[in-house]
Amino acid sequence: MADLSVNIAGVEFKNPVIPASGVFGYGREYEELFSLSRLGGIATKGTTITKRNGNPAPRIAETPSGMLNSVGLQNPGIDKFLETELPNLMKKDTVILANIAGSTAEECVEIAKKLDQTDVHMIELNISCPNVKQGGMAFGASCDGAASITKQVRKATKKPLIVKLSPNVTSIAEIAKSVEAEGADALSLINTVLGMRIDINTKRPILKNNMGGLSGPAILPIAVRMVWQTANAVNIPIIGMGGISKAEEAVEIMMAGASAVQVGAAIFTDPYAPVKIIDGINDYLDRNNISSVRDIIGTVEPW
Amino acid sequence: MKYTQGKYLVIEKKAIAKDIFSMKINCPEIAENAQPGQFVHVLPTGFTLRRPISICDIDKEKGTIRIVFIVKGEGTKEISALNEGNVIDMLAPLGHGFTINEDFKKVILVGGGIGTPPMLPLAKIYKEKSTVISGFRSADAVILQDDFKNTGAETILCTDDGTMGIKGFVTQPLEEILKSEKIDAVYSCGPMAMLKNIAAVCDKYNTFCEVSLEERMGCGIGACLVCACKTNVNGEEHFAHVCKNGPVFNSKEVVWNG
Ligand SMILES: Cc1cc2nc3c(=O)[nH]c(=O)nc-3n(C[C@H](O)[C@H](O)[C@H](O)COP(=O)(O)OP(=O)(O)OC[C@H]3O[C@@H](n4cnc5c(N)ncnc54)[C@H](O)[C@@H]3O)c2cc1C
Ligand SMILES: Cc1cc2nc3c(=O)[nH]c(=O)nc-3n(C[C@H](O)[C@H](O)[C@H](O)COP(=O)(O)O)c2cc1C
Ligand code: FES
Repeated sequence: MADLSVNIAGVEFKNPVIPASGVFGYGREYEELFSLSRLGGIATKGTTITKRNGNPAPRIAETPSGMLNSVGLQNPGIDKFLETELPNLMKKDTVILANIAGSTAEECVEIAKKLDQTDVHMIELNISCPNVKQGGMAFGASCDGAASITKQVRKATKKPLIVKLSPNVTSIAEIAKSVEAEGADALSLINTVLGMRIDINTKRPILKNNMGGLSGPAILPIAVRMVWQTANAVNIPIIGMGGISKAEEAVEIMMAGASAVQVGAAIFTDPYAPVKIIDGINDYLDRNNISSVRDIIGTVEPW
Repeated sequence: MKYTQGKYLVIEKKAIAKDIFSMKINCPEIAENAQPGQFVHVLPTGFTLRRPISICDIDKEKGTIRIVFIVKGEGTKEISALNEGNVIDMLAPLGHGFTINEDFKKVILVGGGIGTPPMLPLAKIYKEKSTVISGFRSADAVILQDDFKNTGAETILCTDDGTMGIKGFVTQPLEEILKSEKIDAVYSCGPMAMLKNIAAVCDKYNTFCEVSLEERMGCGIGACLVCACKTNVNGEEHFAHVCKNGPVFNSKEVVWNG
């Protein structure tokens, strides 16, 4: 049994595997299948200040080796989250990353202030949602936008702050540097890649929102590349994600420079994916006589 | 709610109409917990997303369930390639099923096309107390009529083109029955347009009505919020989730043009 623990921004994770924001709700449904305490952490569904209903259905489409979604940040609002979900999650013996997704910087600040008063372990600031008209990806698309919102939220909380980056940018390394400069403690990447599918019989986009975010195996190489570029550009830890569905791919993203991983779409394919990945990482380490998972972080040897 | 995920043995597979297959699956823990109206979330090999399919029969003693599905696209085509002796990957039983009430004396089950299969477990419960009205496009799409007859239920068959049974839509015989006798419940599954008309007829005769809805799904268990549908509970609009709050809803709660 290898040592699977990692430390991100001073927070100790028992293992580096975290279900990604948006696919796991608040854990209740998956608890029917396995104990949440097995997980390194849980990233909760993106929270806004008031309740949001999201976009009209259909909100999902299968794509070659992946899927598109256009949920549009449906959530009950921060107060409901704090009242009914967070207290339950805090009992689960795993690290809780509260994902926030305001449509203005003020809204994000307000949510962060509320979370600052709780026991939540970390805040994951989503500046990369492709499915909302305001905020979301617009924040994360320019260095100035990303820096400005990071700066404001940084002032609002002492909690370790993770900023979640969008792949829909020209240079993720530049965005990462500007976010680091404004005090982010860690980065998580990538959010979904903007995509679209059309039903050729009706000439209508499959998603009612026309466009949506691509995730699943199809985006793995993009994620590996972006984690690597970002790791080369910043000194803060990175949580890597995008298309991970097996332990080998988690190891790959960690070698590219991630200190931990998140698992999204793969959970739809196999609800046990996160726990299988944890076991698989352990097997990989044992097979290769590596005593700690920390020893693989950033060990890629580029040509 | 109690569901499991695993790979289960297909013990019987039959083609029962054009592009329509019936599969019996050995899955004791799923059969044990399954309720009429619930569904299984099937992973076609090589795909990212699972496909929701209604449970068409539950045999708790033998530990089996049956599904009946039509090949619609790539996913169901892949599932239809499974044969006896293969395993099928299912997350099940999922969702909120039909309300069963032993005191009901007379119920009507209305199935439209590939929405007919989830009516069978209800017919097995209500037996002689039920009338099954099934509607299909044409004679070559007709399924499950013998299964319904074997439960003791009365059956009425309609086809759009009149190639078998009565020519016309299921709402006609439904309204005739509602007009002439007291019906405790109408249960239905089928195309949205049909469900909407059935809900309107039930409203007119003030009859309790439950409908099973469809929406594209991700997780299938209520975590991802992909399968939203608008509902109206006591005058207040909600976004419900077909996979968890449904697929069965009281027809009065459904917002038909949402
Ligand atoms: C609760 C429920 C019960 C169902 N029961 C049955 C049944 O008993 N028998 C049967 O034949 N069909 C049933 N369906 C419909 C069935 O899920 C779809 O026909 C199937 O998902 C199509 O997949 P595909 O890959 O072949 O088609 P594609 O059109 O290629 O599918 C592409 C994507 O859209 C989704 N999708 C397409 N049509 C539907 C639909 N009508 N409902 C939900 N998702 C859809 C697919 O799951 C997939 O993710 C049910 C649907 C729901 C929601
Ligand atoms: C249905 C769905 C909903 C999502 N909702 C959110 C969200 O609310 N906040 C967020 O930061 N990311 C959200 N994401 C993005 C994922 O957290 C993740 O970044 C992305 O899916 C890439 O990982 P994957 O390929 O493993 O799915 C969502 C993804 C999916 C598939
Ligand atoms: S499919 Fe995930 S909530 Fe319904």
